[in-house]
Amino acid sequence: MRYAETGYNLEIDLSTGNIEKVATDPALMALHLGGLGTDLKIMWDRVLPETKAFDPENLLIFSSGLLCGTPVYSASRTVVTTISPQTDLLAYPLMGGFLAAELKYAGYDKVIIRGKASKLVYIWIHNDRVELRDASALKGKGAIETQELIREELKEPKAQVAAIGLAGENKVFYASIEQSRSSASRLGAGAVMGDKNVKAIAVRGTKDIYLARGDELMKLMARARAFVQHRNANPLQIAVHSPQHSGIVGSTQEMKYTDESWHTTGFAWGNARTRRKDFWTKEIEDNWVNSQTKAIRRFISCFNCPQECGGLIDHPGVPRFMMKCFSKLTYAMAAYVDDLDFTWKICQRAFDYGLDSFSTPQVLAFAVELYEAGILTDADFAGCPTDQEGRFLWLLDRVARREGIGDLLAEGTYYAARKIGRGAEAFDHNTIKKHEQMNIKLGMLDPLYYLMYSTNEKISITQIEGNWPQGAIASREEREEFIKDWPQLPDEKFKQYLLDWEPRGEKANPFYPTPEISSEIVDWMETLHNIDDALGLCAGWGSFILKPPYHIHNYPQIISAATGLALDEAGLKQIANRNRNLHRAFNNRRGLRRADEKPPADHWKHRYPEYEEELLTAYYKFKGWNNEGIPTKTRLQALNLAYVAEDLERRGILTDGQDEKES
Amino acid sequence: MAKMKKKVKTITVNADKCNGCRACEIICSSFHATPKYSSVNPARSRIQVVSHRLKDIMFPVVAGEYAPAECMGRDKYIIAGKEYDECAFCRAVCSTRDIFKEPDTGLPLKCDMCEGEDEPLCVQVCLNDVLVYEEREEEVEAEDKPDELEQSLQALLDDHGLEKLADILARMAEKA
Repeated sequence: MRYAETGYNLEIDLSTGNIEKVATDPALMALHLGGLGTDLKIMWDRVLPETKAFDPENLLIFSSGLLCGTPVYSASRTVVTTISPQTDLLAYPLMGGFLAAELKYAGYDKVIIRGKASKLVYIWIHNDRVELRDASALKGKGAIETQELIREELKEPKAQVAAIGLAGENKVFYASIEQSRSSASRLGAGAVMGDKNVKAIAVRGTKDIYLARGDELMKLMARARAFVQHRNANPLQIAVHSPQHSGIVGSTQEMKYTDESWHTTGFAWGNARTRRKDFWTKEIEDNWVNSQTKAIRRFISCFNCPQECGGLIDHPGVPRFMMKCFSKLTYAMAAYVDDLDFTWKICQRAFDYGLDSFSTPQVLAFAVELYEAGILTDADFAGCPTDQEGRFLWLLDRVARREGIGDLLAEGTYYAARKIGRGAEAFDHNTIKKHEQMNIKLGMLDPLYYLMYSTNEKISITQIEGNWPQGAIASREEREEFIKDWPQLPDEKFKQYLLDWEPRGEKANPFYPTPEISSEIVDWMETLHNIDDALGLCAGWGSFILKPPYHIHNYPQIISAATGLALDEAGLKQIANRNRNLHRAFNNRRGLRRADEKPPADHWKHRYPEYEEELLTAYYKFKGWNNEGIPTKTRLQALNLAYVAEDLERRGILTDGQDEKES
Repeated sequence: MAKMKKKVKTITVNADKCNGCRACEIICSSFHATPKYSSVNPARSRIQVVSHRLKDIMFPVVAGEYAPAECMGRDKYIIAGKEYDECAFCRAVCSTRDIFKEPDTGLPLKCDMCEGEDEPLCVQVCLNDVLVYEEREEEVEAEDKPDELEQSLQALLDDHGLEKLADILARMAEKA
């Protein structure tokens, strides 16, 4: 009997039309858990470093997490794993919503898609019946609209559908996959789906998922529920910068709260350029509160989560859509538009096209800057309205349709800058590993963020940080208060680190936390993300917020009760470590090296190049990686990844003696 | 006529507060699994969240009685401009639709208010107060209701006639 997981993957070869239900090796759970963890194993085994994003050999995996479909709260996440057209490294955008659980109930842990369909299709999975259905009538349809059209065509109101829009069909490098109130956005998985000629994947399942020790699991969930209920009534105060993040449990609460003074004055507008410290006036506040209150028709949750991070948006003249998280601000800020009504207009269109809300606004703002600098010309902008709103909407249309200048912009700032030339490269100032970053520009180098930006495989800072405060807590009294109630910590020593960490002076950024302590804190935070991504848990319940309901001391109990796997904290850390190192090795095999690991040059005004190298070296050493950021043979062997070490050696990526010499 | 007390159990559904998370379906299906909490399958849940997210329609419906025949007609509601599907609010397990039937056998499912628990579990897990449980006593007229045996006999009487039934009873009495 398999618990929590179904024990089956669905293998679909689009080129031949072959569909198989394949039993999985039960031993894999103990090695990799599931979700991203087992995806990594599949990608390592089956996708060679020569394979590019748009090759038929590239896999596109829709995976549930290990705990999806069980009664574990917030286990709603689908991870989509593939090679990114933008970075040529592993992409693994995640989405909440309802798909992952439905897939489990249909009898599958993952859908593994390879090859390419000869014409546009959608995949319909109804328990044991799986079909590739003609999607020619859906060509060009919006990603939101498509979900509804498929449910109608199938006469299955309970089917869950993930779809791409025009941007995915046109292989825009930052195209998303949209599903219910969620989207798998980062790194262009939607473009790969479009390249494979898959418009959507629809799932309906009515089978059982078994629980190893359900009674015990229910008691753990009752505790988690009480915790969340208490936190909802008593939001965290200390170290919480904005009401949206970490006050209560859940993803960033952009729908629930209207006060955006912190984000709008602290983050950079335009092409991640200007901070507007005096933006949040009374007049703006009135406009934004009014706009948001009127636009939100209802708060929306993901599967099995009481928190209401999403909103159903109903704005005059705009078809209804669902919204969440930071997209509320990214377009408006990138376009320098002060009226929040613009957000509802452009987001609906962008979501229906199926575009990433972080990359897209950055690319559009980059184009506007190039035009203002005379690098792009009136000919490139022929027909473009002159107002800020109109210009952004026009550019958005060009990108999704790959028309005119949009065809270049569709490849993202990095590639577009190089193809445009004439100095455009200098305007590509906010990418890491060719991927657009959050619109933040700050003063003093922050050692923790330096490491997170540089090294994490997600290449998206918002999804790496979480359990550690974003900045030093101002007063000693507050620091003492904060550490009093912190059972989530893996080790008591972190309390002292926090007590010692001050906003200014010797024990402040950039030299405190020290490189060694920084490595410990960063390793800790990314471990949590790795666990969540394997289990399919929302980061808003674990890795992404301060003092969350799920943490290293209760993850093992929850996993064990659901799956029957005997697991303690050390064992769980070992699995997370194994997954992280396999992930790293996969990217190393595709060429990732130390030279790629750096934040944007202008991310901080005050930089310390030599010290930054020290930080990176300390972190690599902590991780058991060599000087190039590649896991050493010793480290890989200790994690049952000897086969990975052998492969890296055979390819000359790891060489004899490197362990001793460089780590 | 004599008065008697009757216990009335009510789940109030505040549909406006529902966010569509389906936690109620999950807890219901696992509570009613055999053994208890050994599996999950929302398709077996005796509470189902009707969702048309873009239409702003989200509300749970609790499984009621099995209906052997379909209604003479069907209802369609339009409330505050929102058009609901046919029979959307109906709690009956009926031949016209799949809702509230065991997915493998088609056997009807019925809410039992989680007998043995303080309150139904769907109510306990709903943190947004969509589901609110209430128990009250009502005083009702004590009717001279035919008891179960009498009802069954009446059904047999209707089907087979008094003479036949009387014959059989007489024969059985002799044997006994």
